Amino acid sequence: MDCVSLRYDVSGSNFAAAGSATEDVRKHLKMLGVKGEDIRRIAIAMYEAEINMVIHAGGGVAEVVIYVDKIVVKLIDQGKGIADIEQAMQPGFSTASEEIRQLGFGAGMGLPNMKKYTDEFLVESEVGKGTTVTMAVYFG
Amino acid sequence: MNGDKLHTVTLNTEKCRGCVTCMKRCPTEAIRVRDGKASIIYDRCISCGECVRLCPHHAKLPTYDPFDVINSFKYKIAVPAPTLFAQFPGLRDINVVLSALLEIGFDDVYEVGRAAELVSEASKIIFNRGEVKLPAISTACPAVLELILSRYHNMVDNLLPVQAPADIAAQLAREKAERKGIPPEDIGVFFISPCPAKVLALKEGIGLMQSRFDGILSISEVCLRLQGVVNKMTPDKVKSLSKMGRLGISWAKTGGESNGLYNDRYLAADGIENVISVLDALEDKTLSSVDFIELNACPGGCVGGVLTVENPFIAKARIQAINKILPDHLNSLAATGKSLSFYTWEKAPDKTEGLLLSEDRQNAMQKMIAINEIYAKLPMADCGLCGAPSCKAFAEDIVNGRIPKDSKCPRLEKEKQDDAE
Repeated sequence: MDCVSLRYDVSGSNFAAAGSATEDVRKHLKMLGVKGEDIRRIAIAMYEAEINMVIHAGGGVAEVVIYVDKIVVKLIDQGKGIADIEQAMQPGFSTASEEIRQLGFGAGMGLPNMKKYTDEFLVESEVGKGTTVTMAVYFG
Repeated sequence: MNGDKLHTVTLNTEKCRGCVTCMKRCPTEAIRVRDGKASIIYDRCISCGECVRLCPHHAKLPTYDPFDVINSFKYKIAVPAPTLFAQFPGLRDINVVLSALLEIGFDDVYEVGRAAELVSEASKIIFNRGEVKLPAISTACPAVLELILSRYHNMVDNLLPVQAPADIAAQLAREKAERKGIPPEDIGVFFISPCPAKVLALKEGIGLMQSRFDGILSISEVCLRLQGVVNKMTPDKVKSLSKMGRLGISWAKTGGESNGLYNDRYLAADGIENVISVLDALEDKTLSSVDFIELNACPGGCVGGVLTVENPFIAKARIQAINKILPDHLNSLAATGKSLSFYTWEKAPDKTEGLLLSEDRQNAMQKMIAINEIYAKLPMADCGLCGAPSCKAFAEDIVNGRIPKDSKCPRLEKEKQDDAE
């Protein structure tokens, strides 16, 4: 089956560049004529995930595969990992530093929002090794 | 996409040197250099005028009607954009310019700023009634409007559904003339425009059933005729014609429309690159601190339009100086006596597909795969030698059939040649 594969390096601690992978994905989806609401859902989720990689993991890689009927986004980092995924999924739970919060990030809504806006959502993590977030949105 | 849409910018092929300045800076990648000359892909052009502003050889010609078009009508009404008044050094009385318009051939004047004051009041009502998705986005700049309609479909519901102040001014001016008993067929209404985007929008009647203007003139050409008359104007010849306050004239500069809402929760940006960065940053995000977004394609707002004469920042300072002697506003919905629907869109403008590769998803996918394959082999230097603004655009042009399938990257070809030698 035809698919479009895209890959982005997300650099750590660079807030200015955070979100640029999402913007490029959004442009690809527009070129394919994906409905605005579907673009909005994956863009919100992917942006949250990108920011998370910048804040918590010192960057990583975003792998995106677009199919005719869905988009699958995988964000892979080699950061410190998540000790308790269930806890991390609670809205408002955050381990972000005070400095990060001062910047307006780290409100503890990242993972819950990713789950909320996507049709499939999976977090795999190992402390000290890193985290992989996989998300999919089906096109309506 | 409308293939026969008015071309707001054309090329003087003799002056064009085929440099890549316009091509590299066109915000929608609508320009290519073919056979040594710049050419515009009009389907992608949003009429922002950036290429006119940037061309070092003045080869880009913005479209507008010749002044003589007014002579096809017996009763000629000038509808000047507020930016016109910023073109005259030391101007302290707007009536001087309005009276000069009568001397150069017009029978009446109706300032767009008057209608802008009404639009400000109508916008506030639409806001308060919750009839637009927040943050509402201004629709005053037609280049920005076109950009959103073609490329930011998720923000279309945020567009403030009000008519352009110039269109409302045209309607009110015409009604005023008809009340005087002038036969409708004798009345000609002419906008004096700061930019080619407004030329196109008002000729097409964006948001309307049909255009309300009989011609669109340029501020620069009208200024040529006005300058001498304004300089020689004596107090006895100055008629009291102006009926516009600070609120109306301030629409000429960025922030003017926002201030008219008397609400601090706004964001105002200008310059087409800044506009795009704001739209990219805001699309699909909630922005709780802002209710209104004012975006103008030109630096400084309409004062930066490419059909103006004066430097935009000097023009802005002049507006500030004139502001000091004006009352806050002189027009109100109550005094005008029209219902709210008089000010809102007659019909919402259609979305267009500025980026879509193909209506058929499968076909679009195949094209995108082909583009990415070609792109991966290109140097990604975006040098412009091939005549496309970027390597990505070159790959797109091949796949979209704009250039032959066997087109080669000149940079890679040169490298191959150098290696061979």
